[in-house]
Amino acid sequence: MPRITVTVDGITYEEDVEPRLLLVHLLRDRLGKTGTPVGCDTSNCGACTVMLDGKSVKSCSVLAVQADGGDVVTIEGLGADGSMHPMQRAFHEEHALQCGYCTPGMVMAAIDLLRDDPDPSEETIREGLEGNLCRCTGYCNIVSAVRRGAQEMGQAVSKQ
Amino acid sequence: MTEMDAGLVAEQIAQSDQLNEPTDRSEVGRPRRRKEDTRLLTGRTQWTDNLSRPGMLHVMYLRSPMAHARITRVDVSGARDLPGVVAAFSGEDFAAEQGSLPCAWPVSEDIVIPDHPPMAVSEVRYVGEAVACVVATDRYRAADALDAIEVDYEPLPAVLDMNEALADGSPKVHEAGNKAFSAKITAGDVDAAFEGAPVVIDRTYVQQRLIPSAMEPRAVLADTDGESFTLWTSTQIPHVLRVMLAMVTGVPEHRIRVIAPDVGGGFGSKLQVTAEEVLGLLLTRKLGKPVKWTESRSEGNLTVHHGRDQIQHIRLAADADGRIRGLQVDLLADMGAYLMLVTPGIPMLGASMFNAIYKMDAYEFACTGVFTTKMPTDAYRGAGRPEATFAIERMMDELAAELGMDPVEVRRRNWIRHEEFPYTTISGLTYDSGNYEAATDKALALFGYDKLRAEQSDRRDRGDPVQLGIGVSTYTEMCGLAPSRMLGEANYGAGGWEHGAVRMLPTGKVEVITGTSPHGQGHVTSWSQIAADALGVPFEDVTVLHGDTAIAHKGMDTYGSRSLVIGGVAVLKACDKVKDKARRLAAHVLECSPDDLEFEAGAFKVRGTESQRTIQELALAAFTAHDLPDGVEARLDSEATFDPENYSFPHGTHLCAVEVDTETGMVKIRSYVAVDDVGKVVNPLIVEGQVHGGIAQGIAQALFEEAVYDADGNLLTTTMADYLLPSAADLPGFTLDRTETPATSNPLGVKGVGEAGTIASTPAVVNAVVDALRPRGVHDVRMPCTPERIWRALEAQAPEGVRP
Repeated sequence: MPRITVTVDGITYEEDVEPRLLLVHLLRDRLGKTGTPVGCDTSNCGACTVMLDGKSVKSCSVLAVQADGGDVVTIEGLGADGSMHPMQRAFHEEHALQCGYCTPGMVMAAIDLLRDDPDPSEETIREGLEGNLCRCTGYCNIVSAVRRGAQEMGQAVSKQ
Repeated sequence: MTEMDAGLVAEQIAQSDQLNEPTDRSEVGRPRRRKEDTRLLTGRTQWTDNLSRPGMLHVMYLRSPMAHARITRVDVSGARDLPGVVAAFSGEDFAAEQGSLPCAWPVSEDIVIPDHPPMAVSEVRYVGEAVACVVATDRYRAADALDAIEVDYEPLPAVLDMNEALADGSPKVHEAGNKAFSAKITAGDVDAAFEGAPVVIDRTYVQQRLIPSAMEPRAVLADTDGESFTLWTSTQIPHVLRVMLAMVTGVPEHRIRVIAPDVGGGFGSKLQVTAEEVLGLLLTRKLGKPVKWTESRSEGNLTVHHGRDQIQHIRLAADADGRIRGLQVDLLADMGAYLMLVTPGIPMLGASMFNAIYKMDAYEFACTGVFTTKMPTDAYRGAGRPEATFAIERMMDELAAELGMDPVEVRRRNWIRHEEFPYTTISGLTYDSGNYEAATDKALALFGYDKLRAEQSDRRDRGDPVQLGIGVSTYTEMCGLAPSRMLGEANYGAGGWEHGAVRMLPTGKVEVITGTSPHGQGHVTSWSQIAADALGVPFEDVTVLHGDTAIAHKGMDTYGSRSLVIGGVAVLKACDKVKDKARRLAAHVLECSPDDLEFEAGAFKVRGTESQRTIQELALAAFTAHDLPDGVEARLDSEATFDPENYSFPHGTHLCAVEVDTETGMVKIRSYVAVDDVGKVVNPLIVEGQVHGGIAQGIAQALFEEAVYDADGNLLTTTMADYLLPSAADLPGFTLDRTETPATSNPLGVKGVGEAGTIASTPAVVNAVVDALRPRGVHDVRMPCTPERIWRALEAQAPEGVRP
């Protein structure tokens, strides 16, 4: 069995894994990182989105061995200094979640979207989140939350 | 990068919440940010699949690849020999103990309720039906071992089309035939209404089959200590499930505990007693070990009950001025292969709703439930009422077109006027309150109706390839399921009450226990608001417990837009009882008569003095019990059960403008306005979210979604790649507003909101699409209105030589 080294939310793990093991199952079943859920088996829903080396990936379509040497950030490790990330706070403020199952992936995808466009229009947000499905909100408040999160992240950057 | 600090996060949430508070003291009506959010946003969730027990084993099911077949042999021995496999079973192994999955709603005298084994034993009747299972040490090994199970099938003919299924000589799904039930309701003189009517409109609409698609796939974890059983399951109905598990398996009810931990959406699909729940219980009993099963999405599309699926034949008779004389409804409703928990009740929930908000002289409703070799249908958001609303709202637009009238005007001429409430409809329901005029006027203004009509006219005149269509939907629905007496009259197997309890803790904090079982609706927040107002305690001092039959010991759960109008009211009534107890104690402590006390802002005050005790102080006094009056118990805790006297009737007006590209058939929603009247509102933020999500699901039925079976009965839409759930890019923003006529059937004045958006929006969108195409001779497009269907509808109408 291949041995991999992977950093997840700031902690480095060494794990022997079957080559077929999916990253999301490594996270959930081996490392106890159940904050990242699985919503489908065809990489359509985006619920399992995490950051791998700074870019969003659907962790159901990445093998654990592909993450060898990588740095993974999940919804559980998103905050800094023990506090919530501005995007998490924005989702709360704008009531952008109901059942919350899509939320971890949606938040990660939203943050990734802002790497390309720190001040996205509604249309850019809608297009940018196309790979993440929500069945509860009709997306209205998610769009508002991403705009709010973008503003707050922009302010955080400009303050630094 | 660090893990989040729970205390700091909670503090941040509390700080940000304060920014949003209005100064008014009342909690009810305030857009409180949700208490539920923190764990959902930080990944500290308790989805069933997140849970683990020491020594837990994993279950995988082998499912039928045939729509209809006799099982002639199942051999699981090959699987048993594989590494990591603990056990493998076929239907025969459960036959003596598995019972039959229940149907709680025998809607008619002639109903046929076939035996429905959780695991098929001798015959399969839809693709996806479980035929064997493997229990292994991990999910990958369990999946591998399924390949080693051998099953021989003797194919039988698939039965897919409802009309063919009812024809003489059709192959049978069940020995008793393909008709599940028939029902008929008549009010007024239908023949007289149609005879000599200046206008008769006759249409057939197809409600396509839908897949509910809650984002969390189902999961079941079952464990036993050898005597009692605990089931964690992704369900909307832990209480109903517990009763049903006891009835189906014979395991005594008091030895079963059902827990619905965090549940990731339901929309009716988790209002079910599933095969996997029964089999989970039986597996843990057989093996003495905890067992967990988590479905894949492909498995879920096959085996989570489907929604809708009706053929609706509708006839409407009207006078020349647009007044409706009579309405005749004849439904075929696809039950699928078996009758599940409320399968036959779904079309019957529409029986009193086709007449909608309109007055008429006569009404007839007939429905035939039909068995086919497909996944059973059952509740999906709206459940019977979206189907009814679609049909009547489509017919109102057809009537307007027939008469050359504006579709809003034809509705005005027929709807119940606000001064006529309470109003008993032709189908016998009494609508308690409403104001259709107010909601419609507000919606028309927000929409810019006249301006859009002018633009439409201009585009028609210019022959613009992109045509504008305007769709109207003035809906009502019956929800808040339901008055127990009425459910009894409808032959439903249970009541419709709800239970609430309040525990006053010694430190003055409050635990509210509810029998509702939220899975995204925000009950923890809203019930906190209700209790905070009723008891005069801070919102932050209230917590809400739910979803565990050992904690919330009585309940009827969450579906049918019932939670607030019944469960929220039960909480209010329990709070009132707490106050009654506290008043007696306060009078004793303050040495006055209970009548001399006034209750204000959480404190009992002796009139005309400064003496007072807060209810939170009294909770401590009850706990210490050092000085209680005679006959008073050492607790303020109270509980209440509320059974409404009537359904809840939210209503509203939804307007949709679409641009239809007549060259490609592509539909773009240009604007969508919804003005809903859901009575008094506890939390406007949550109400708005419910309406947003509801509209999205209704639009999805109109434009995107359809469960498709091929000619052999294979489901073609097994994945999210094949079944088109709308993404953010597929949907517009919505303009929402409200009017408010309080419900008279409950003391909060609230009406249900969970299903309203879905019920209203589908006809608004399809009416808009048809409106855009009507000058080209199109008067219907079958749902979902895909570009291909629109293009074909146009092509069918185009004269020779000018086909697009």
